[in-house]
Amino acid sequence: MESKYGDASEIRREIEALKATRNDIDTRISALEAQLQEISLQNGNDAVSNGSFCPPISGLESGFGHDLTPEMIYRYSRHLLLPSFGVQGQSNLLKSSVLVVGAGGLGSPALLYLAACGVGRLGIVDNDVVELNNMHRQIIHTEEYIGRPKVKSAAAACRSINSTIKIVEHKEALRASNALEIMSQYDLVVDATDNAPSRYMISDCCVVLGKPLVSGAAVGLEGQLTVYNYNGGPCYRCLFPTPPPSTACQRCSDSGVLGVVPGVIGCLQALEAIKIASAVGEPLSGRMLLFDALSARIRIVKIRGRSLQCEVCSENASFSKEQFQEFDYEKFTQTPLSSSPLKLNLLQADSRISSKEYKERIVNGEAHVLVDVRPKHHFRIVCLPRSLNIPLPSLEARVHEISSALEKEGKTNSGSGAQLYVLCRRGNDSQRAVQYLHKIGFTSAKDIVGGLEGWARDVDPSLPMY
Amino acid sequence: MQLTLEFGGGLELLCDSVKIHKVSVEPQNGAEMLTMKDLLTWVRTNLIKERPEMFMKGDTVRPGVLVLVNDCDWELSGQLNTTLEDKDVVVFISTLHGG
Ligand SMILES: [Zn+2]
Repeated sequence: MESKYGDASEIRREIEALKATRNDIDTRISALEAQLQEISLQNGNDAVSNGSFCPPISGLESGFGHDLTPEMIYRYSRHLLLPSFGVQGQSNLLKSSVLVVGAGGLGSPALLYLAACGVGRLGIVDNDVVELNNMHRQIIHTEEYIGRPKVKSAAAACRSINSTIKIVEHKEALRASNALEIMSQYDLVVDATDNAPSRYMISDCCVVLGKPLVSGAAVGLEGQLTVYNYNGGPCYRCLFPTPPPSTACQRCSDSGVLGVVPGVIGCLQALEAIKIASAVGEPLSGRMLLFDALSARIRIVKIRGRSLQCEVCSENASFSKEQFQEFDYEKFTQTPLSSSPLKLNLLQADSRISSKEYKERIVNGEAHVLVDVRPKHHFRIVCLPRSLNIPLPSLEARVHEISSALEKEGKTNSGSGAQLYVLCRRGNDSQRAVQYLHKIGFTSAKDIVGGLEGWARDVDPSLPMY
Repeated sequence: MQLTLEFGGGLELLCDSVKIHKVSVEPQNGAEMLTMKDLLTWVRTNLIKERPEMFMKGDTVRPGVLVLVNDCDWELSGQLNTTLEDKDVVVFISTLHGG
């Protein structure tokens, strides 16, 4: 069929132009909405609905004995119909404020439900941008937001679900320097972060400010959930006074995660936050929920109470705001607060080679063996041609395979022995492998700097990344 | 006596990725009771196949591991001195940080 557009590229150009215009309009709309909300909040909490003002027949003067407007009554009617929740629960919720730290796998469903249920003021802290490999689990974001701040994306999604609550965007990383200022503006905090230093920092800040903390975590096919610092219950440090070794902290970007698993935990975090904010039910304090998705089992266990020895929350402890602000959480946990991957530097420069240099050696036909030390299931996703997969943990047991590969390669290519190169995903494990290989006599082994990611960046951008 | 030992939060990777182990362990050194201290030593010797430092530090579990005896934090039952009975369920779980 004849199109009035000449070709695909013209259509793409027009789509791009329209998207850019839409972004400008979106930004303008959210600024105006925020302005309007500010005005209506100042004018005594009149709810603003789509185009029509609710008449101020609400309020205690209305004679109903509560302060829900007709629009609120209709919107939240299914909550109001719950005998154990009712007008009082909803009214409490509407007056509450909740801060969600992290708009990722846990934060996505938590934020959606907290916005939908009518938390009066909902804050979002995040400093990342939406990426394609987030989409399978971070369901608050849509494809059109890829490359844009998660806070913007999450706030827009929350506003489109419920335009009558106040959404606050904190587009910054939470640090000891700004945490007190941000968290003090809310009644309770939801920890939806992805690293150990943030978890200690958020818990300590909640203790200092006296706020309850709904803490969730998920990696792989397992999740954990509990409520800290609630009504004299334990804090994170009561349970984990000493941080684990950084090598014991699995990250979703390394270990993988089934998208729906943080989804389940994030929903439960919203539930616990709603219970606390509405003062309904029995929060999961002094207990912990353990979720094993693979075997479809949920275990709720009893955990210790507030520890008398806790350095932060016990009666004898004197952990002040000043001490909190000066505490070095990255040093304490030996883990960076940002989610940027670790960059080791274990080897001398002459034991390393850039991916470009390695490419040149392939082109020159140099006799060599390339050992890829990533786990087998990583190797199956993508690998370089003619590479030999020996996962790092099995290197010691499989060294003979390297020896025979080198021997074979040296013979077929009539050179003076074959070179040995080691590759991994990002260039950390390859250094560990080379260190070991040097120790056992393969003294010329070299690691390829930056691993497969470096190769994809500098040599072959068509290589799929994960 | 028969015990069920469960590993989670990544600790199962240290024992051939098997999460649930039905085992038979007897009190050590002629003692009458089996304590958690004895059980840890037994687990380290018999179940942990790699990186034991990811499971234990000194004579107890490493920081970041929760130990639950019959769904109850071992801090509440005496930690290493907790005595075990036939058919007890002991869970070792590593705390998760991801999201
Ligand atoms: Zn504490």
